[in-house]
Amino acid sequence: MTLDPIVITLIEAVVKTIVVIVALLTAFAYLTLVERYVIAKIQSRIGPNRVGAIGGIALLQPIADAIKMIFKEDFWPSQADKIIYTIAPGIAVGTALLAWAVMPLHPSTEIFGYRVDFFIADVNIGVLYLLAIGSLGVYGIVLGGWGSNNKYSMLGALRSTAQMISYEVSLGLALVGVLMISGSLSLVTIVEKQSFIWNVVWQPLGFIIYFIAAVAEVNRLPFDLPEAETELVAGYQTEYSSLKFALFYMAEYINMITVSAIAATMFLGGYQGPFGILPGVHWLVLKIMFFIFVMMWMRGTLPRFRYDQLMRFGWQVLLPLALANIFITALVMLVVGA
Amino acid sequence: MESIPFYFLAALAVLAALGVVVMRDPVYSALALAVVLTALAGLYVLLSAPFLAAAQVMIYAGAILILFVFVIMLLSPGREGDAPRGALKWQRPLAVIFGGALVAQLALVLLMTILPTGRGLYTPEYLAQIGSTQAVGAALFTDYLLPFEITSLLLLVAMVGVIVLAKKKS
Repeated sequence: MTLDPIVITLIEAVVKTIVVIVALLTAFAYLTLVERYVIAKIQSRIGPNRVGAIGGIALLQPIADAIKMIFKEDFWPSQADKIIYTIAPGIAVGTALLAWAVMPLHPSTEIFGYRVDFFIADVNIGVLYLLAIGSLGVYGIVLGGWGSNNKYSMLGALRSTAQMISYEVSLGLALVGVLMISGSLSLVTIVEKQSFIWNVVWQPLGFIIYFIAAVAEVNRLPFDLPEAETELVAGYQTEYSSLKFALFYMAEYINMITVSAIAATMFLGGYQGPFGILPGVHWLVLKIMFFIFVMMWMRGTLPRFRYDQLMRFGWQVLLPLALANIFITALVMLVVGA
Repeated sequence: MESIPFYFLAALAVLAALGVVVMRDPVYSALALAVVLTALAGLYVLLSAPFLAAAQVMIYAGAILILFVFVIMLLSPGREGDAPRGALKWQRPLAVIFGGALVAQLALVLLMTILPTGRGLYTPEYLAQIGSTQAVGAALFTDYLLPFEITSLLLLVAMVGVIVLAKKKS
C-alpha cells in the first residue's frame, strides 16, 4: 500500500510537532528544578534534596510539584470575566509553543533512504514569523490581568503591555543586522550560512541588544516589572491558581527556551559547532542551556529596574543602539561590497 | 482540498468581523478584531504572500490592537449600553456612503480578477520565482517610492504632534 505524499507530509508534521512539544514540556519541568538549584547555589543554600533524591539531586521534584499544583483549588475571583480569565493562560502557552514551528534543530539527514528535515516548517519568512508570534504572546498576559478583575493584576498587565511593546522594537531591530549579512529571512538558511563563522563575530552589538531585549520580553529579572512581587503581589498572575497558574509558569519557561534558541540560531550558529565541528542538535541544546543559565544567574544577582528606568533604558539606550547597529552594518557592507 | 482552508479562514474572518460590531464589551470587540486580522493573515499565506501575513500579524494584531486594548483597559468605558444613544447623528448617513463606496470598490476588484486582461503582474508563479518579501521590497522602493516616503513623513508628523501635545504643561 502506498500512501499519498500529502498524507505522508501530514503524518511527518504531526509526529515532529508531538516530539517538539513533549521535549519542551519535559525541559520546562526540569528547568524549574535547575533554576531552584542555581538560585540556591547563588544564595548559599542547598536547594530541594528530598523527593526521589539520587546523590542529593531531587530528580522527582518536578513531578511532585506538578501533582501538588493539580490538586490546588481552582480559584475564580468574584466578577472576573470568566471567558477571558480562562483563555488567557491558554493563549500564553499556545503562542509560546507556536514559535517552535520554524526552529531548525538538526542538519537534514538520510534515515533508511528517506530524507528527514529536523524542523517542522521552513518558511521563507521564518524570522518574521517568530517576531509575529512573539508579539502575540503579550495577549496572554494582558487578558489574564484584565480578566482577573483585580487592581494588581491590571497594573501588571498594563506594565507588561508597555514593556513588551517597547522592547519588541529593539528586539526586532537587533535581528535586522543578521538578516542583512545573511540575505535571508529563513532560519534554515541563516543557520546553514554560519557553518564556519558564527554571526556573533560580525554582530556583537546586535547580539548584546538582542539578549537584553529578550530578557525583557520574557519578563525575567531585572525586567520582571509585570509581576514585581514587592509592589504588585504577583502582577498579572495574582488571582491564578492550580493548573491555570501552572500554564502561565509553563509559558514563561518555554518563552525562555524560545528566546535562547533564537539567540543561538541567529547569532551562535544554531546546531553548527564552532568552526564546523560535528554539527548537530547537541550544540543547540548546549547553547540554549548556556543562555538559560545566564538568565538564572541574572535573576540571582541583579535588582529589579524601576519602571521609569526601564522605559528610559528601552527607548533612549537600546533603540538608538539598535538603529546605529543597522547603520554601521549597512555602511560596512557597502564598503566591503559583500 | 486547497479550498478548505480558504473557506474556513474566510468564514472565521466574517464571523469575527460580525463580532466586532455586535459585541457589547469593547474588550471583546477588540479581541474579535484580533481574530479577523489573524484570519486575514492566514488568507494572505494562501495567496502566496507570507511576508504580508507576518507583517499583518506583527503590526496590526501584535502592536496596534494591543494599544487599542491598552487604552480600553485604561479608560475602562464599561458596556456600550450605558452610553447615551444617538450622540453622533451624522454617523449613519456617513456609514451608508462609505459602505456603498467599499462595495463598489470590491465589485471593481472582482471584475478585474475575472476578466483575463485585468490580471496583475504578481501571479503565484511569479511570486514563487522572485519571493514574496523581494516582491514587496521591490514594489515599495521602485514603483511606490514617493507614496512610501510621504507615508513615513506623515507618521513622523503625527509622532511629533503627539509628543508636543503630551509634553504641554497645563
